[in-house]
Amino acid sequence: MRWLRWAVFVGLMLVVWFTPIPAAATTPTERSFRINASRFEYSPAILAVNPGDKVTIELISTDVVHGLAIDGYNLAATVDPGQTARLTFVADRQGSFRFRCTVTCGNLHPFMIGKLNVGQNTLLWRAVALSGWVLVGGAWVLKK
Amino acid sequence: MNPLQEITWLDKATINETQGSLHTARRVSGRLNLYRIPWLRPVFESRWPQFLVRLLALVGFVFAIVAGLFGSVIGSHNFAIIFVWIAWWSAFKLVFIPFGGRAWCSICPITLPGDWLQQGGILSKGHGLGLNLRWPKRLKGSWLQSSAFLLIGLFSALTLTDPRLTGWVFVALFGLAIGLSLVFEHRAFCSYICPIGGFSGIYAQTAPVELRVIDIEICAKHSDKSCYHACPWGLYPVAFRDNAACGLCLECLRACPRDNLALSLRPFGTDIGKPRTANRLDEAFLALVMLGSALVFAAVFVGPWGWLKSAAFAVGSLQWMAYSASFLSLNLLILPGLFALAVWLGQRTSRVKLPLKREVANQSQALLPLGLMAWIAFTVSFAFPKLGYILGVLNDPFGWGWKLLGAGYTFWSPDVSGFSPVLQVILLLIGLFLSANVTRRLAGSDFRRTVPILAFCLAFSLGMFWLLVG
Repeated sequence: MRWLRWAVFVGLMLVVWFTPIPAAATTPTERSFRINASRFEYSPAILAVNPGDKVTIELISTDVVHGLAIDGYNLAATVDPGQTARLTFVADRQGSFRFRCTVTCGNLHPFMIGKLNVGQNTLLWRAVALSGWVLVGGAWVLKK
Repeated sequence: MNPLQEITWLDKATINETQGSLHTARRVSGRLNLYRIPWLRPVFESRWPQFLVRLLALVGFVFAIVAGLFGSVIGSHNFAIIFVWIAWWSAFKLVFIPFGGRAWCSICPITLPGDWLQQGGILSKGHGLGLNLRWPKRLKGSWLQSSAFLLIGLFSALTLTDPRLTGWVFVALFGLAIGLSLVFEHRAFCSYICPIGGFSGIYAQTAPVELRVIDIEICAKHSDKSCYHACPWGLYPVAFRDNAACGLCLECLRACPRDNLALSLRPFGTDIGKPRTANRLDEAFLALVMLGSALVFAAVFVGPWGWLKSAAFAVGSLQWMAYSASFLSLNLLILPGLFALAVWLGQRTSRVKLPLKREVANQSQALLPLGLMAWIAFTVSFAFPKLGYILGVLNDPFGWGWKLLGAGYTFWSPDVSGFSPVLQVILLLIGLFLSANVTRRLAGSDFRRTVPILAFCLAFSLGMFWLLVG
């Protein structure tokens, strides 16, 4: 009956992975952020909004030309030193998304990264839950 | 003393096992001997294919050094940075180690010039140069490899982004390899110094490839030990218990007159989950250094903390010293301390009482699948978004405005944001599952003994989840 244990083990993992997690009921609002971009750093580097919020990012460069592109949102902007660029979008995808500099600005340019959190990071919570199940369920499924 | 123990280097592999136990270990089913496949055999028998690949790799690395030293100072526009740290380093972690173990060592060009000088020939041995001294016994093991990895880690933000420094690092590696080949016998650089060899050696134990003797009795009756004399690493295949030491150069395979060696495919993770017969604390330490480095690199390179990146980059500054102190504390004190504590707690509840050192060496095997998967998950986020740069530097390797692949070529970066975090979670979960399985195999029915080790693995996994997808 080992195959049955494996089926239960994998099945429960799939349940945890695919079960929809209801988002907290929030009223979409307008959110504005002013981000200072300097060599290899965004300040603030972590933005938190709710799903459905209309987000405006004002990007200001304090040294050289920088850019900002958000993973998964197909949005990008560049900004010259001392200038301001503006990005406006609706945060319609839930989760945690990196944003990155798009203009080569120095040695650490490929690692100039910030983070946009839209609502709950369900992937992280699923990963935490699955870790526990991997240990408990793994011991059970591998038991002789 | 049995015939195996008469060979002086054998202390590195194992000295506590009898020929009988070695023989038992060879009788493992589930292997596919690639050397017995007719169309593959000539590829392994001839030195030419391997030599040509090594030569190509040598050309690539020499070109990377030239580009690093004389090309653009902007890393993403320089062949050295993209070829070494994006293309090669990613292929090394994503392909070579998980599927080939130490396969990279078999084509590594860093030792090639030293090998030629030491052997006095390119494809065959001649009148070699060098003193051929024995490597000092107290420097054996992987302690120096761990130290070299930590040293590179301290300067990683600079090395990974500064073409000049990358060029000089590889000049130093080539120089050191050549120098050691001329002073010490065999591949002292690969066995004891090379941090890349340490990295691949420890994780090669999880790989689905092995080189082993087929029948120990045949070897016992064969007095010439031609495989041992042919091995440029100075290893004796009869003593192989795992993949950690063998560089898969295949010279033993070619030298064996009895056709008694097998290059086999096998299940993943075959080497781990068995009690160790020696207190290999150096391997345990190396495994912990790899975990600590994966955590720190994930924080520095894919985290949103600009101050941390700046501290890691500003070598010599106060911030860098604080970063270095934290990096070394994590790797030298905190992780080894926590792991030893976990092992000790497990021992307290266990019916089996082993010396703590032996138990630490045993249980450190559980860190290997998780550590390898953590490195792969980190590489997914680190390298995938930058794969587009590879074509860019092939178009203009020195960053001088060349257009070798055609005018108007622009960088293309794949959008991996959709699947990359999901893939990272899956990889880490697989690593955690495999590590838990290793712990379970080591503990047998003594479940309570595994709990602290599993807690250690879980805490590391949660840390990586937070850094990579949090």
